[in-house]
Amino acid sequence: MKAPRFSYVRAESLEQVFELLKQYGEDARILAGGQSLIPTLNMRLSQPAILIDINRLDMLKGISAGDGAVRIGALARHAEVAESPVIAARLPLIAAAMPHVAHVAVRNRGTFGGSVALADPAAEMPACVLALGGTLVVAGARGRREIAAEDFFRGLYETAREPDEILVEVRVPTEAPGTVSVFLELAQRHGDFAIAGLACHARIEGDTVADARLVYFASEDRPRLAKGAMAALAGKAWNDGTRAAVIGALTDDLDPMTNLDGGAAMKLHLQRVLTGRALDAAVAQARAA
Amino acid sequence: MATKEDLIRLERPNSYIGRNLTRSRARRAVAGRGQYTDDVLMPRTAHAAFVRSPYAKARIMRIDTAAAKEQPGVLLVMTGAELAERCTEPWVGTLTCFDGMKSAPQYPMAVDLAVWHGEPVVMVVAETRAEAEDACELVEIEWEPLPPVAEKETALRPGGPVVHPAIADNLAFRKTIDTGKVDEAFANADIVIEETFEFGRHTAVSLEPRALLADYDKGTQRLTIWTSSQCPHMIQAVFARTLGVPEHNVRIVAPDVGGSFGLKIHTFGDEVAATAAAMALGRPVKFIADRLESFVSDIHARENRVKGRIALSKEGVIQAVDIDVLSGAGAYSQYPRTSVFEANQILNITAGPYNHKEYRARATVVYMNKVPTSQYRAVGHPIGNSVGEALVDLAAEAVGQDPVEFRRRNVIPDEAFPTTIAAGIKLQDMSHTACIDELMKRMDYDALRAEQAVLRRQGIHRGIGIAAFIKGTAPGPSGYYGIGGAPIASQDACTIKLEPSGGVLCMVGVTDQGQGVDTVMGQIAANALGVSMESIRVISGDTDAVPYGGGTYASRATAIGGEATYQAALALRAEILVLAGVLLQAEPATLDIVDGIVVDAGTETPRIPLSEIGRIGHFQVAELPNDVKPVLSATRRFRLTDDLYIFTNGIHGAYLEVDPDTGFIKLLKHWVVEDCGRVINPMLADEQVRGGCVQGLGGALYEHCIYDDAAQLQNGTLADYRVPMAFEMPDIEVAHVQNPTTISDLGAKGVGESGTGAAPAVVMNAVNDALRPFKARVTCQPMTPEAVLRALGKV
Ligand SMILES: Cc1cc2nc3c(=O)[nH]c(=O)nc-3n(C[C@H](O)[C@H](O)[C@H](O)COP(=O)(O)OP(=O)(O)OC[C@H]3O[C@@H](n4cnc5c(N)ncnc54)[C@H](O)[C@@H]3O)c2cc1C
Repeated sequence: MKAPRFSYVRAESLEQVFELLKQYGEDARILAGGQSLIPTLNMRLSQPAILIDINRLDMLKGISAGDGAVRIGALARHAEVAESPVIAARLPLIAAAMPHVAHVAVRNRGTFGGSVALADPAAEMPACVLALGGTLVVAGARGRREIAAEDFFRGLYETAREPDEILVEVRVPTEAPGTVSVFLELAQRHGDFAIAGLACHARIEGDTVADARLVYFASEDRPRLAKGAMAALAGKAWNDGTRAAVIGALTDDLDPMTNLDGGAAMKLHLQRVLTGRALDAAVAQARAA
Repeated sequence: MATKEDLIRLERPNSYIGRNLTRSRARRAVAGRGQYTDDVLMPRTAHAAFVRSPYAKARIMRIDTAAAKEQPGVLLVMTGAELAERCTEPWVGTLTCFDGMKSAPQYPMAVDLAVWHGEPVVMVVAETRAEAEDACELVEIEWEPLPPVAEKETALRPGGPVVHPAIADNLAFRKTIDTGKVDEAFANADIVIEETFEFGRHTAVSLEPRALLADYDKGTQRLTIWTSSQCPHMIQAVFARTLGVPEHNVRIVAPDVGGSFGLKIHTFGDEVAATAAAMALGRPVKFIADRLESFVSDIHARENRVKGRIALSKEGVIQAVDIDVLSGAGAYSQYPRTSVFEANQILNITAGPYNHKEYRARATVVYMNKVPTSQYRAVGHPIGNSVGEALVDLAAEAVGQDPVEFRRRNVIPDEAFPTTIAAGIKLQDMSHTACIDELMKRMDYDALRAEQAVLRRQGIHRGIGIAAFIKGTAPGPSGYYGIGGAPIASQDACTIKLEPSGGVLCMVGVTDQGQGVDTVMGQIAANALGVSMESIRVISGDTDAVPYGGGTYASRATAIGGEATYQAALALRAEILVLAGVLLQAEPATLDIVDGIVVDAGTETPRIPLSEIGRIGHFQVAELPNDVKPVLSATRRFRLTDDLYIFTNGIHGAYLEVDPDTGFIKLLKHWVVEDCGRVINPMLADEQVRGGCVQGLGGALYEHCIYDDAAQLQNGTLADYRVPMAFEMPDIEVAHVQNPTTISDLGAKGVGESGTGAAPAVVMNAVNDALRPFKARVTCQPMTPEAVLRALGKV
């Protein structure tokens, strides 16, 4: 478990990153927290020619509240996000999800941008960004692009980011007053990647779910917005009938993959269970507010 | 032999026996001064890495090492065939005590045929491990993949694939225990219950992986191996014989060992290969198994399917038990301890606490193209206990009795021992009833049942589990290894010396893997001798320093090594008192040793300190009469005589919650009451039980080596192979019933595996207790969420 030889550059500017990415393309890897990348190098699962260390690039750091949105720098560590008062006040979904991301040691190094850029299908942050309708900002020598989360996650570890681009920040709309967020996941051990999970953001008026975004993760090749279930929910009172309709709609929305945790049928079952629990919790939260 | 006075000293309230002392090695580990094998640095050390078979079964058509040899830093590339030439003869992992057992001859690395995914095939030795790994990627092997034996259920099917042409039926071993009238008992029984259980493969996952540093001195022709081992003398014998070096020229040093759990009592081909490389190169060679190769080369264990039946009278008396075990071994029987112990132990101990007279237990062990299996903590017991205790729970339910009450009526009562159980094993000094009583108190059982009932009405599904067990510890010489032909000592020994300063050196054959063996040996010696712990240094894990012994496995260190230490210390004490008697002109019997000072027995008036005895005995011998020849050293050995093991017993309780919608299990509380005889160090004994429980809980809930149809291991990383972690573990309350064994003077039985042996059983029973309202039952381990949901019919 020793990494093969590679070159290493500690980037001093974004321009240098762009230049190196242009030069090396797929042979380069950006090194953020290294919590996912370094194990794959040591296991010789990937053999990049060069690592571009972005850890000194201050412009990629920090969390700030702007006009109706929160900017999370790609280099914001999981631990910073977890402790951020801005996140706690404006993005409760992310605050609720963060304790599920790995363990303290990993959160101290791992970055928000790394997690989103890697697009692990069982990762929490991609699901949250999608549920909240966030925007991913990527940049390269060819310029800067803003990509809606809906268009960003393309498949297993596959995103709309081009090999010559770097993810610089994520912008997530502040959760509006009158909305609620529920984050649920099932993992056999605390800190493991989930075996099923749901990020739910909803506007609930009285007993009626005005609209809701349901993003399922850990069961498919990417975080999945369950459009059928969302349609079955929109404008409905949360009752047994709605519950059945929403859970029923998941059959078409989801196409779970069998993995070592269990078969597709189990994954679908668990996502259904989480759906009921999440909406029960959302309605209860709205009532309490 | 201990005298009555010696035994009284064991019981003294302020004695070292029964006292909580921290492990000496823990202090050094937390100071950052642990010395594990990888911390041992030798100048000019080279590093080995291995090319391993990517296939479960494949013929090696051609190996081209030319490119690898040209890589920077590469010193040696050796194929399996080249290594075989350096070995005296292949290993055959059989023991003569297992009648009819077969195993194919095995070389340390694959020669023509690779038979498991992960088998070492080519070794590369380079200046650094990274360079060795780089070169491994350039070794070209042309393979002819062959259909593997991937499942134990089909391994015996005629015409199917075979692991080794030499063993055409894939059958390793069959054994039956039969009391004779089992069929009759089942035919006459009022109630018969039957169930089939499936147990997945696990592996030990020690924190420190297997590790070895070998150095061959061509001048003196001495081979020194530092290795993370539980049994240095066995490693000495096997490596010496395999590599053709005289045994007495081989020194094995086991420095700090970071966990072992049975993993480190075996011989592994990659370690022999690295040692052969050191001999070939004339340079020290280090091999530290990384986590990925550990998963495909460390022994695996536990893969068994067991069909069980239990016959009852309508009053709820167990009439007979019948089990049929299909045990899935790997590609070879692991040398030199074999891969059939797991099955053998299942037969020995299943339903062992109970009073039935009729018992039939059959085992069939088959080879598969998987990692070889062998002994891992509590060998066979997690399976035998899970099966036996699940059947007992089903039986209690069938006759409408509380599972505790049912057990109370069916266990062999304490006063009936010694007796021979249905499996044909003589047991003594057992305390089932006392353990049940103590457990009930600690669990507050009736209150727990009441709480369970209340919560059930609220839709919260909690389960209470009970599992009694017997555990074979400290094996005797008539059982398996020595008598079966393996170079493994069933005795153990201690040499103890009084130094001129009055300090005491205590050299023991048993070894310390982090459980505190050194400290416990020190406590025993200090008590027997009458000195302080501070004046004793225990030396273990070095074949150049310690008397020949078996090492630490099968919960034998304290039970066997401890007794040897006790007797050696008593012998040294006797000599000291004789010398003191000469010097003081007193009868030795009127003297005693307290706190390192010879005193008048009874009044404890100080007479002469041991430092004086040491000084005179070594330097001023002229002060002694000519016919007094002080040795100030004693060696004693201890072994069992006719007994198979020193058996222990105990009972676990578990409380947990099952989420019937998700299949998730939350452990709430765990209790263990066990009888390890005299407890030397309660804190360390408790920690052994707790740590053991956690391993058992891991096996019950998480751990599983998952193979696909092509016999490829699917989850060989710590991300995918889930070991238990602190967050999910319950509080584990431990209590001891102390019923000293009559087999030794010290009275200690083994304790290291009592947690592991029954924890899976009690959790399975508790899960099924929680699922009772759903009429669902989980019969496989690990009990994953999917397994629970399947049992509930939800997926
Ligand atoms: C034991 C363990 C448990 C874990 N559990 C979880 C978990 O439960 N949930 C979870 O979500 N994650 C988990 N992780 C992963 C962890 O969150 C990682 O930190 C994260 O996925 C990647 O972040 P990083 O900063 O470490 O990225 P790195 O490892 O440095 O990089 C990961 C990948 O993303 C690329 N990359 C990184 N930053 C950028 C960027 N700005 N632009 C473009 N590409 C970039 C890299 O090139 C690389 O390919 C776990 C990790 C470990 C070791």
